[in-house]
Amino acid sequence: MELHDVSNKNGSSAAFDEHKVLHDLRHYLPAQAPLKDFIHHNTLHAFQNLKFYDGLRNASSIFGYKVSLSISEYRSLYSSGRIREDILEKIITEKKGAASKPEWLKNVLHKNYDTSVSPRIGQLRANWKKLFHLDLDFPVHPILFRVLCSYLDQGVSIWNFPVSDKGFLKSIIEIESQSYTSFFRSERPRKLLLENKSSIKDLLKILVGDESFYYQYLFDQQFAHQGWSGMVATVEHQPESFLDPKKICLKDLIIFELLLEIDALDSKFGDIWGPLCSKIENPPQDIFEFVPSSELSEVMSIWQDAYEWSYYDDVLAGLKQENKSHENNGSFAHKSFQAMFCIDDRECSIRRYLEKGDPNCETFGTPGFFGVEFYFKPEHGKFHTKLCPAPVTPKFLIKEIGTHGKLETDAHHSKKNNSLIVGWLLSQTLGFESAYRLIMNVFRPSMSPATANSFKQMDKFAHLTIENKNTADTEDNLQIGFTIEEMANRVEGLLKSIGLVKDYAPIIYVVGHGSSSVNNTYYAGYDCGACSGRPGSVNARVICFMANHPEVRKILADRGLIIPAESQFIGGLHDTTRDEVDFFDEENLNSKNAEDHKKNKSVFYKALDLNAKERSRRFESINTSESAEKIHGKILIRSVSLFEPRPEYNHATNALCIVGSRDLTKNLFLDRRSFMNSYDHKIDPEGKLLFNIMKPLGPVCGGINLEYFFSRVDNHKLGAGTKLPHNVMGLFGVANGADGDLRPGLPSQMIEIHDPVRLMIIVEQRPEVVLQVIQKVPEVYEWFINEWIHLVALDPKTKEFHLFEEGQFSIYNPTKGRVDSVLNMMPILEKEKENIQVYSIK
Amino acid sequence: MNTLLNILILIPLLGFLTSLFAPKRNEVIISRIAFFSVGIQLAGIFFFTGYWLLNGYPTLNINDIVLFSSLDYVFFIDFSFDKITVVYSLVGAMLTFLVTIYSRYYMHREASYKRFFSTILFFYLGYTIAVFAGNFETLFIGWEILGICSFLLIAFYRDRYFPVKNAIKVFSVYRIGDVGLILAMWMSHHLWHTNITFIQLDTYELYHEAFETESWIGVFISMALLLTAAAKSAQLPFSSWLPRAMEGPTPSSAIFYGSLSVHLGVFLLMRTFPFWEQQFSVRVVIGLLGLSTSIIASLIARVQSSVKTQIAYASIAQIGIMFIELAAGFENLALFHFTGNAFLRTYQLLVSPSSVSYLIREQFFNFKPRRQTIEDSFPKKIEYTIYMWSVKEWNLDAFIYRFLWKPLKVAGKQLRFLSVKQLFYYFIPAYTIGLIILYFQDNILKEVHDYLAASFGIIGFIGVLKSFSERKDPRMAWVLIVMTHFWISLAISFNEHFKYTENLMYISGIIIAGIVGYFCIRRLRRFETNLDMNRFHGHAYEHPKIALVFLISSLALAGFPITSTFIGEDLIFSHIHETQFVLAFITSMCFIINGLALIRMYARIFLGPHEKTYHETPYRSS
Repeated sequence: MELHDVSNKNGSSAAFDEHKVLHDLRHYLPAQAPLKDFIHHNTLHAFQNLKFYDGLRNASSIFGYKVSLSISEYRSLYSSGRIREDILEKIITEKKGAASKPEWLKNVLHKNYDTSVSPRIGQLRANWKKLFHLDLDFPVHPILFRVLCSYLDQGVSIWNFPVSDKGFLKSIIEIESQSYTSFFRSERPRKLLLENKSSIKDLLKILVGDESFYYQYLFDQQFAHQGWSGMVATVEHQPESFLDPKKICLKDLIIFELLLEIDALDSKFGDIWGPLCSKIENPPQDIFEFVPSSELSEVMSIWQDAYEWSYYDDVLAGLKQENKSHENNGSFAHKSFQAMFCIDDRECSIRRYLEKGDPNCETFGTPGFFGVEFYFKPEHGKFHTKLCPAPVTPKFLIKEIGTHGKLETDAHHSKKNNSLIVGWLLSQTLGFESAYRLIMNVFRPSMSPATANSFKQMDKFAHLTIENKNTADTEDNLQIGFTIEEMANRVEGLLKSIGLVKDYAPIIYVVGHGSSSVNNTYYAGYDCGACSGRPGSVNARVICFMANHPEVRKILADRGLIIPAESQFIGGLHDTTRDEVDFFDEENLNSKNAEDHKKNKSVFYKALDLNAKERSRRFESINTSESAEKIHGKILIRSVSLFEPRPEYNHATNALCIVGSRDLTKNLFLDRRSFMNSYDHKIDPEGKLLFNIMKPLGPVCGGINLEYFFSRVDNHKLGAGTKLPHNVMGLFGVANGADGDLRPGLPSQMIEIHDPVRLMIIVEQRPEVVLQVIQKVPEVYEWFINEWIHLVALDPKTKEFHLFEEGQFSIYNPTKGRVDSVLNMMPILEKEKENIQVYSIK
Repeated sequence: MNTLLNILILIPLLGFLTSLFAPKRNEVIISRIAFFSVGIQLAGIFFFTGYWLLNGYPTLNINDIVLFSSLDYVFFIDFSFDKITVVYSLVGAMLTFLVTIYSRYYMHREASYKRFFSTILFFYLGYTIAVFAGNFETLFIGWEILGICSFLLIAFYRDRYFPVKNAIKVFSVYRIGDVGLILAMWMSHHLWHTNITFIQLDTYELYHEAFETESWIGVFISMALLLTAAAKSAQLPFSSWLPRAMEGPTPSSAIFYGSLSVHLGVFLLMRTFPFWEQQFSVRVVIGLLGLSTSIIASLIARVQSSVKTQIAYASIAQIGIMFIELAAGFENLALFHFTGNAFLRTYQLLVSPSSVSYLIREQFFNFKPRRQTIEDSFPKKIEYTIYMWSVKEWNLDAFIYRFLWKPLKVAGKQLRFLSVKQLFYYFIPAYTIGLIILYFQDNILKEVHDYLAASFGIIGFIGVLKSFSERKDPRMAWVLIVMTHFWISLAISFNEHFKYTENLMYISGIIIAGIVGYFCIRRLRRFETNLDMNRFHGHAYEHPKIALVFLISSLALAGFPITSTFIGEDLIFSHIHETQFVLAFITSMCFIINGLALIRMYARIFLGPHEKTYHETPYRSS
């Protein structure tokens, strides 16, 4: 099996190919975008072309990552009953055969293994220290990081990098050539830089000598600070992720770093040093050679499978039970209202409480951009932001007009505090206000201009340019608004994909979601992933405008979607941190609907209180047995508390994605662990709609799931470590302290309660249709065939589960007979802090 | 009033001691201890200040406990209370109080929750002692506690490379500051022939006479104090430690490096203001140091592209201005400036993570492609040069390394040929000879006698240098440090009046700590075969208890105020004549490098990324 299509041996036969090494580096480096565009993705995306466990094993041996829980953690999960005995035995039997079961059971449960990791990366470059007694990172990293950060800086520094429009290396040359000082301490590298003739290869000849090692050397070098290198590679690839554009490329970074290395060696040894390879006797192993499986890796994969299936089996048993009891549960006569939410796992519980509060309502889940893709430009904004899934490039622009209010400011964030003279005055004036603010923030936290507030994204009373009457009406090559036809297409797509094609309620809510937090550098990761890490309020408002438009309704009717004239769509935003909701354009409701809306709102508010109460069981500072209203009050304070590193737990504990009718899950308690996408198999016998649903699930839900997975299992190397000491670098990343590498991944405060299990997608559709759908596009298929996501098809006819394994579906029967039933979840929620098993709610 | 004052000072001590016995995982109890001990003290200071003001704000001084006294030497703990104490203690108590509440939630679920609060309380104890101190000796106790707590707070994330490395760096700079304080104490012993209180500094006549004849003594003491103040307040050339101290959790960085710790240099200058007030040249030097620091630090602040380092340099620049204010005699202004700056920087650091959402949003609405700054009007070549200098932090870090640590390392390397065995071969006979000479010292020629003390001091100094640069065997480094103390006690014994009891006082602590520490290393070697000093081993991960015992014995050996050695060190200096510059210099260098070698040893063996990789370990670069 080939590890990576381009990375064949870097042995002596291969001549150095700069293009190839840059390409391979970009493939393996972390791909996290700047903070403001924080979007979850599979941390080990580079290994996704391998089967899950092969990828993990290779990633671990090559880069030294820890890729699963430790064996002692699994064993203690086993002894606590979280990993079920029957499941473990079943998995061993399936994988190893019944004959070797006793032996493997012994290995898994009792054998001692050496679980140390000694990665291949860094071995070659470690010879500087071994043979030359020089730790090259010591003199090189600090100055490299500082120059890099100063160049890329998005607005921290008062005095910017003096030259910036020429590209990284050219800018350095420019200031080096016209200066009395230098970033280098010796003459040769400075000369090499100013001549600007040396290629990577030329410099490596000085440093390394033997061409066959160049490839590996550059990997060692760049992975000694993969955070910075990853940021450079990402910005090179998506320059638009910086508001203040910076021209930079990985190649420039490497050349500058090689020069700094030569500088360190020159200033330490003068001209008496030779290239690294002149001294090496035992060349290190090729880093990308395929890593064969071992007994230990088999044991770990058995444990992981057993861990995952101990949970999945529960879920499937619950679904089976529900499915039996709710057969022929057809549509009910009158629906009070319908509400669409994002598929986000955090909306799982609010839907449950709405349905409980008003049994006649109906809820749906769909990606939170609601099928409308566009850029949004707030009034007075200098830029536009993308409000749709990140890989999509919209052709439309929505502008905000007629806002009220001004941008609030906070003098404490002003850079003037940090200048000399003004700072002198401010420290003696503003300083005393700081004392007051500090006291208020500790005792009475409240909203401030520094809070990232989801409701601030758009002024709800402003007008949006949604309708386009003349396609020539453009700005920045984007069409302003949508034409009637374009609107109709999007509304039709949305309604059909969730199966809302008849029985419309008088009010149909479309509720986006966002998050509010303070002192949180990861704020973008808490917003809606389907809106590129922004709140979904504009999208909700836009789709409602479209669906309410009489012309659009006419076209829809022609296409068979007959929405009664008295049915109205109304947009809203759910703040998942504060558990608040706000509705837009309420004044457009007709009088009867306005009346009903008032009633519905109280259902929403009640549900929000209960939702806050359910969430609070994870928070140490709140006593969950208090009344819902009281807890909600504390949740509100929590969201604006400077000292609260966990405003909410975001996607932690996510593990499932259910694509199908709400009836499947309506009476199941899934503990906010499931993404839910509404889908009606009856109107989609060929899986056309299903394809559009399945296509983003891998990168969006799978990406979220795997980022949490890997940040949880190796919080040091694949996550960002604890966020408490983080320092903001140039507004695009965080590092520890002053001289550290950037820290991609999630901080420990986000993942501490997460159980690292892969996502299981359960689709309510015939298995042959599902198979056909996922095989349509190789990128989609890769997620499933390589087992980075589990897939189960629930055949609507036979009610049988079909598990996707090795390219085909085969029947799976849950080993657990029944899940426990309960009348009221609240007593359980009040006392349990950990994950709660699946319950059937009577 | 005096009793009340004593109680005020005892509260943090009680709080710290209680926190040591709190259950490790019980966050509620731990945070409550901090909350109550700092809270009660804050209220206490508040009411006491009111009471003090009503009583006509007299300057208080209490001569508290006499720890040791002989004919011509008294070591006593002394506290005072005046407006400087009021401002510093109120600001300190308020910030610490707010930050303990803040950290109660902020640190939730952190594995070392207890360690954090205990260290904070210990730090606060040190701060209280320092700001209430009424004489140099008491101040020095507080000063030492602050130094070691800074080390522990910066290296709070002890399993990562940078926190540990930077903690050592900061500790080293603090140690330089300690030299200044020790030398100032030494010289003041000779100036007044007694341990004087700060309140006595106010009586100008006390030293006016001495200055008439030997004005250099005044300059010497003032410069030593300035060195200490500059090191503590990150003035030139030490500035680069402050941004590197920001490795701990944000609230601890915020109060200690944003406000309290870093302003203590200013405090020292205020405390000793009456002393150097009359020396014009000293005032000029302080003012110039402040001026150059404020200019250079604010240039560096302007180019910083990370939020915390920018705040750190901006704070240094403001402290530079405080130095100027003091030099100009505006003491009240400096106090006012301190208060504002301390609150501002603390708050700025605490909200620093918010800067991303705030500034990005601001930029979104107010973006201008390239902001013009004043520097754009400079000639290009000047602009680029200053920019590059500032990005390189004016090479301050390299400067300190090259002129302070590198010579020591190079010197130590010259002694590479020595092994443990050889050391015993050389040192034991040499020491025996020394003792014999001491016994017959009355028969020795006066010219030779004069050089003996310094010569033995130098042998001890060589030992400590070797220990400082030892890369292989920690046992060797440890034994060398213990022996240094013996050499010093031998050296001082050649000076008259250094009595047997005084010697015992000094050495007893050393012997106990030396034995305990040695057994720690031996015990660790039973588990870990490869125990060199070439890298960080991180053994605290598996052997936290050995680590703690070793740390305590290291502190004792470094003359930390937990054994009689601490008083012994002060005693020793009282016996060095004011003309014995070489001996004074060597002895103080021995103490300083001793402390460094010990902390370095502790860090290399027990801190840093754990060498075993069966669990998650961080990157070196993180």
